[in-house]
Amino acid sequence: MSVLWWLVTLVKVGVIFGAVLGVVAYMTLAERKVSGHIQLRLGPNRVGPFGLLQPIADGLKLMFKEDIIPDHVDKVIYLLAPAISTVAAFAAYAVIPLGPPTDFFGLLPEPVPLQIADVNIGILYIFALSSMGVYGIVLAGWSSNNKYSLLGGLRSSAQMISYELSLGMSVVGVLMMSGSLSLTRVVEDQAGLWYVFLQPLGFIIFIIAAFAETNRLPFDLPEAEPELVAGYHTEYSSMKFSLFFMSEYAAMFTISAMAVTLYFGGWQGLPGLGTLGIPPVLWFVGKVAFFLFLFLWVRWTLPRFRYDQLMNLGWKVFLPLSLLNVLLTGLGLVLLR
Amino acid sequence: MLETRELILNMGPQHPSTHGVLRLVLKLEGETIVGTDVVIGYLHRGSEKIAENLPYFEFVPYTDRLDYTAALSSNLGYVMAVEKISSIRPPERAEYVRVILTEFQRIAAHLVWLATHALDLGAMSVFLYCFREREAILDLFEMVTGARLTINFFRIGGVPADLPPQFFARSWEFVETFPDRIKEYEALLTRNKIWLKRTRNVAVISAEDAIDLGLTGPSLRGSGVSFDVRRAEPYSIYERLQFDIPIGEKGDVFDRYMVRMEEMRQSLRIIRQCLEQIPEGDLLSRVPRKLKPAPGEVYVRIEAPKGELGFYIVSDGSEKPYRLKIRGPSFVNLQSLPAMVQGGLVADVVAAIGSIDVVLGEVDR
Amino acid sequence: MEVFLRGYSALGPYVPVFLFIVVAVTFGIVTLFIAKLVRPHRPYPEKLSPYECGVPPLMEARERFFIRFYIIAILFVLFDVEAAFLYPWAVLYGKLGLYGFIEMMIFIGILLVGYFYAWRKGALDWVKEG
Repeated sequence: MSVLWWLVTLVKVGVIFGAVLGVVAYMTLAERKVSGHIQLRLGPNRVGPFGLLQPIADGLKLMFKEDIIPDHVDKVIYLLAPAISTVAAFAAYAVIPLGPPTDFFGLLPEPVPLQIADVNIGILYIFALSSMGVYGIVLAGWSSNNKYSLLGGLRSSAQMISYELSLGMSVVGVLMMSGSLSLTRVVEDQAGLWYVFLQPLGFIIFIIAAFAETNRLPFDLPEAEPELVAGYHTEYSSMKFSLFFMSEYAAMFTISAMAVTLYFGGWQGLPGLGTLGIPPVLWFVGKVAFFLFLFLWVRWTLPRFRYDQLMNLGWKVFLPLSLLNVLLTGLGLVLLR
Repeated sequence: MLETRELILNMGPQHPSTHGVLRLVLKLEGETIVGTDVVIGYLHRGSEKIAENLPYFEFVPYTDRLDYTAALSSNLGYVMAVEKISSIRPPERAEYVRVILTEFQRIAAHLVWLATHALDLGAMSVFLYCFREREAILDLFEMVTGARLTINFFRIGGVPADLPPQFFARSWEFVETFPDRIKEYEALLTRNKIWLKRTRNVAVISAEDAIDLGLTGPSLRGSGVSFDVRRAEPYSIYERLQFDIPIGEKGDVFDRYMVRMEEMRQSLRIIRQCLEQIPEGDLLSRVPRKLKPAPGEVYVRIEAPKGELGFYIVSDGSEKPYRLKIRGPSFVNLQSLPAMVQGGLVADVVAAIGSIDVVLGEVDR
Repeated sequence: MEVFLRGYSALGPYVPVFLFIVVAVTFGIVTLFIAKLVRPHRPYPEKLSPYECGVPPLMEARERFFIRFYIIAILFVLFDVEAAFLYPWAVLYGKLGLYGFIEMMIFIGILLVGYFYAWRKGALDWVKEG
């Protein structure tokens, strides 16, 4: 661990954190722009060219808003909840590989991996953090002393743990093929063929569970506005609200990056064609952008499930299907060998 | 012994999906509803009392504020009631103008219903698509009356102004393009599996219960009862017009949805016939400057977008009504809500409120 | 840092991860702190009352809640442990071959018995039918 190593690590941490923050900020703008165009509107276009400064204005506005902490809240937990959500959502990026190791055009003596750390249990790490995120939500619901918050928090945690099962199980298929929990290895393995072609069922389960896991429509029950007002963050205002807001978008970004890494070859180019001269990082960014757009597109198109339907779907359809996927993958691998 | 304690959840008056200031006190067991109290009155303005203190002519603008999504229908009901009690017959052309405009109003009101109903169930984009078409209708209204929402256009004895020449071209344009728009909504909702899951077999009300609770309008027809004031007791020129009365089968949210979708098509049919048949002629009959109907009472009902809208007038021979009673369809329809949602889930309440299509301006009056 | 990690080389890759988390936490604290400096603070009792659609709350929020949530949580623990067992198996699957496959199928089979039992008992139905 030389001085150079520390320097490089610090720069990487700074750049990736800044990038995630930027993506989250501009996701809020993208959400409003995309929804605007889907709904025959223009979306924000007054703050800066094409409304590009809108996220900054929004952030400042929230910062200057009064922070109302209602009576009878459990203050410590109430303060802790948004912090847990945010940290859990942001920290997940530490292990996602953005590109192959590079020496930055000879700037560095040896190539460094384009991720903060190549942890050998990367997938487990991300799942662990997403479970942490549930704490933020359930604690927010509990501490707020509000029926909508409580119901929203409980619903949310039940929904997230239910779909986490399917999410976790669907990934088992990928693990069986790659033989490693390291995301770097998973991506390297997909140089020839993306796993989505070998694991179509697993991918479908993964992406649907991902929608539920990030509380996006058609699964946005925890904050189903017409029923529970704003769900678990009903009583949150000012910066605390914006932390929840940011962690939601950050979670969406994580899950998109996961989908790309696990099923769409991460920073790899097209199967059989290679990168076509485009830098691998751009391949990664492009694929993630596609998934993020998918999240927005679906949200502004579909109606919402009812809670019992959602739970039934999770437990009675996706859980058995994900087990079936494990079985099929196992069988396939045994037969092919 | 194990016992469950009910959770009492308050929905409204300040709630995103109670369509105004409706308040519901829900008793929940888990998430199942075991009791519903409907609390109303947050928008009470005393319209009926105001009517007793105003000459007959001056109450028309107040009717705009009953069902504010369908101002013209309320106008029509009131002026028809006054015309009946004072034996005034509006000219033929005025009747056509009234029917054309109220049928447009019905489509506009149903569009607001569809928009908010879809929004409540999470289909957010449909909201703005519906408002795009409603905008076209409001433009037509503006062309004729100068107003868009609280129109106050019908007069006792007819209508004050003729349809401008360009109105016909624009109306035809709308009549031609709107069926495609309905197809667009249906593509987004009717064939959407999630939509079906949210609406089929939800908030069911049988035909008998619906009649017992006094449901009228599309909400009643959704339960399979073919009752439409336009057909049962034809007023104005509806006798001459061809149109179907769509009915549902089960009386669930989906049936009420389908009935309203079909009603929009039928309204188009009516408008088309009226645009073809509309005769030349006067617009306003002679009405005395001081209208003093003979003592007596009269009840007139019309088919408003929400259901049977009735005006009951008691005259004592003076310039002002002795008593005016408004039978607002939303008010009566609302009382079926507890029966509909009993045993359902919180999410079903939202679907049920949307499917009854209440407007609180009319409930509280 | 190196002193602490001597002899724990497996923790090596986690140093940057830890750094990243520190940055995330700092970010949270700093934004909350800056906001505290600039925002107004004018509380009064009505503003501080819990939101319940504009009327005073009818009862405490922290009441007994729906039993289903507990059942779901218990089922989750069960199946999450299963997933935790599946992961190392899946990673080593290439080496285990047919033997590993059959072994895990037996394991999943036993769990499925419990799963269908729970299903039959209605533990998976959010609302009891009928």
